[in-house]
Amino acid sequence: MNPIRKFFDNIKPHVEEGGKFHAFRSLVDGFETFAFVPNTTSRVGSVNIHDAVDSKRLISFVIVALLPALLFGMYNVGYQNALAAGQLGEATFWGMFWYGFLALLPKIIVSYVVGLGIEFTVAQWKGEEIQEGFLVSGIIIPMIVPITIPLWMLAIAVAFSVILAKEIFGGTGMNIFNPALVTRAFLFFSYPSAMTGDSTVWVSQQSILGLGFTAPEAYTAATPLGEAATEGFAGFDCQTITNAITGLIPGSVGETSVIAIALGALFLLWTGVASWKIMCSVFVGGGLMGWLMQALGLTEIEWWHHFVLGGFAFGAVFMATDPVTAARTETGKYFYGLLIGVVAVMVRVLNPGYPEGMMLAILLMNLFAPLIDYCVVERNISMRAKRATKK
Amino acid sequence: MTKVIKLRKGLDVNLKGKPAEEIAQVKCPGEYALVPDDFTGLKPKVVVKEGDKVLVGDALFVDKLHPEVKFTSPVSGVVSLVERGDRRKLLSVRVKCDEKQEAREFDTKQDLLALLMESGLFGYFRSRPYDVVANPEDKPKAIFVSAFNSMPLSQNFEFVLKGQEEEFQTGLTALSKLAKVHLGVSAKQTAKALLEAKDCEVTVFDGPAPAGNVGVQINHVSPINKGEVVWTLGADEVIFVGRLLKTGKLDLTRTIALAGSEVVQPKYYKMLVGQKLSTLLDGQIEDNGYNVRIINGNVMTGLKTTEEGFLGAHKTEVNVIPEGDHADEMLGWIMPRFNEFSASRSYCSWLFGRKKEYKLDARIKGGERHMIFSGEYDRVFPMDIYAGYLVKAIITGDIDRQEQLGIYEVAPEDFAIAEFVDSSKLELQRIVREGLDVLRKENE
Repeated sequence: MNPIRKFFDNIKPHVEEGGKFHAFRSLVDGFETFAFVPNTTSRVGSVNIHDAVDSKRLISFVIVALLPALLFGMYNVGYQNALAAGQLGEATFWGMFWYGFLALLPKIIVSYVVGLGIEFTVAQWKGEEIQEGFLVSGIIIPMIVPITIPLWMLAIAVAFSVILAKEIFGGTGMNIFNPALVTRAFLFFSYPSAMTGDSTVWVSQQSILGLGFTAPEAYTAATPLGEAATEGFAGFDCQTITNAITGLIPGSVGETSVIAIALGALFLLWTGVASWKIMCSVFVGGGLMGWLMQALGLTEIEWWHHFVLGGFAFGAVFMATDPVTAARTETGKYFYGLLIGVVAVMVRVLNPGYPEGMMLAILLMNLFAPLIDYCVVERNISMRAKRATKK
Repeated sequence: MTKVIKLRKGLDVNLKGKPAEEIAQVKCPGEYALVPDDFTGLKPKVVVKEGDKVLVGDALFVDKLHPEVKFTSPVSGVVSLVERGDRRKLLSVRVKCDEKQEAREFDTKQDLLALLMESGLFGYFRSRPYDVVANPEDKPKAIFVSAFNSMPLSQNFEFVLKGQEEEFQTGLTALSKLAKVHLGVSAKQTAKALLEAKDCEVTVFDGPAPAGNVGVQINHVSPINKGEVVWTLGADEVIFVGRLLKTGKLDLTRTIALAGSEVVQPKYYKMLVGQKLSTLLDGQIEDNGYNVRIINGNVMTGLKTTEEGFLGAHKTEVNVIPEGDHADEMLGWIMPRFNEFSASRSYCSWLFGRKKEYKLDARIKGGERHMIFSGEYDRVFPMDIYAGYLVKAIITGDIDRQEQLGIYEVAPEDFAIAEFVDSSKLELQRIVREGLDVLRKENE
């Protein structure tokens, strides 16, 4: 017999009801279903065979799709650090990557430990199975905050969002707002200086375990989007846009490289895990609004520059497509995506205080997604009602 | 010109063990059982005692609310057991079959509805809303018959029909005296008896499963509004009606498909309603050293049973698949799993084309979750109904909302494919059945 199977069979009696370690039932259960496909067969009266797909599969595919952006983000953290220290010539590729890895790892660990800790506790308390939803949120959260965010802030924000944005509503599948974005919004409104501040937050400036460099003096580097907002379009040249596409710019860890995000997007669309309707319509909406704003003379930014700057692409690919908080009807998905794009660019251009609009756009549309669906479903209902009275 | 309706939504699952087109007989002595639960929504009242002698067509139990609706014995013999469960619920009435079969003669000149009720065939009619046994007092706006079953491993009615065309047409003609008859035919079917059937309106449906579900056909031809009633009858059962009218005797012989990956020789068998499954399955199940699941009915909609079970009243096939409780598959959620079928492109089955046959077991292959991913049901639910929203309305018990969203048009079987593809592994058919039962109670 498989030794891992044996291990679970051995410890299982202890975590069942009445066992010594009953408090760890949900934990053991969670790991067992990860190790083995459950052997439970369908009950009498339900369908006898099932599709091989389950939520674990689909959710883990989102994580796979995030990997290019995550790995590039690690490299870029190291790259920006070397740039800040003026040591770009000295730095090696792997040196920069491992520096970024070490800088990011504590954030990933904190995000997962705090978030999953709460999820496991709630699952144990409610006597339910562990739900995989946070596996995606937990990896997205470190990718959408500045690399210098203090761990304690991150821990508080994650706890806040998992409890108040998710578990209170009933867990994965029932939440209204995207938990990762709530985490970011919480940090943004509670600790604004750590999220944008004086533009020192985007670059890690201390060496870690001998890797990387310590910047000789406090180094300020605004994101290109931030520069555009404060200083206008003057600083924009072809190089900046090229860097924004490859991702070698300051910014939140995962959002910078459009190429890495595009790889993830292709994977999500290829496997059908994310809705192409939402993803495409976000870009359409953003493009239309960007073009309109430019045509009205409100901004000098080219309409397509919005796609490569800031968190637009990352938000469109990984956060707008969150199936739980997005519109659920197929027609609704077009409107939902379109409006996210429109609102994101509107906030970017018209709001003087803060250059980024993607987070607020998605959160706002999370709130309106049920309304969009309501309208779509209501059409079906009135069609049926009309049909009944017509004859 | 026959109307052709093209359906794009749905899913065909190509399973191993399709029945070969040949018919065998099975030995028929032994015990037969008529199970009231096969007639959904029925409140049965037994009219025989153990030891009573019955002929083919004699009533075993009747509808308590409409005693003229009888449920009759498929064989002649002696009532051997009136089986009761908790709170004296009637589970089955069993008849020990005689060597020589004697059938009761019915007067075919009498009023058709009365004849159907007396002979027990009216009990095979179902009515929508609720997908329950029909009420003879209702005035149905139409009777729907689907001449094909699109589910995997199902009976091919066109094959079954061969040699019984005349009875089928007689049955359709008779039904047309009760209400307008709609016959749903598959685009793959070519038999004249179907495409040129008389006294009914033929509609051709072209699309994947569940296009053969009568509910899907009703939705596209003449959707049910609140207050309307539609009756449905299985295509095999139309033949029953035809036989009765031609001979004056009840003959509940079906040609059922024994199919599935665990069957030695998947093919067709002539069998009576209520016949013990062991007479069919004896020596027919592969011994591979693991548990198998015997399904009374179709793999998508049928009930798990044992060799001691009896062929269900409405069942047109018996499927046998691996149970799968021995699998212990490691890290399945991330492996490529080439031998598993999935409608999702996160697996490779869409690359292998439609020709590849799969051997699927009865595992659920995942934990039950809230609805997380959207649009899964809609892709395989070929009606203008928001299936996910309807299911949610049923779960929350919101009756007004259920009515608005079209619950009167659906039956549990219409959700079978949606339940198959659901990544949240909700038991949709059970949820819908319970929802319909609650609604029916509420409206009565």
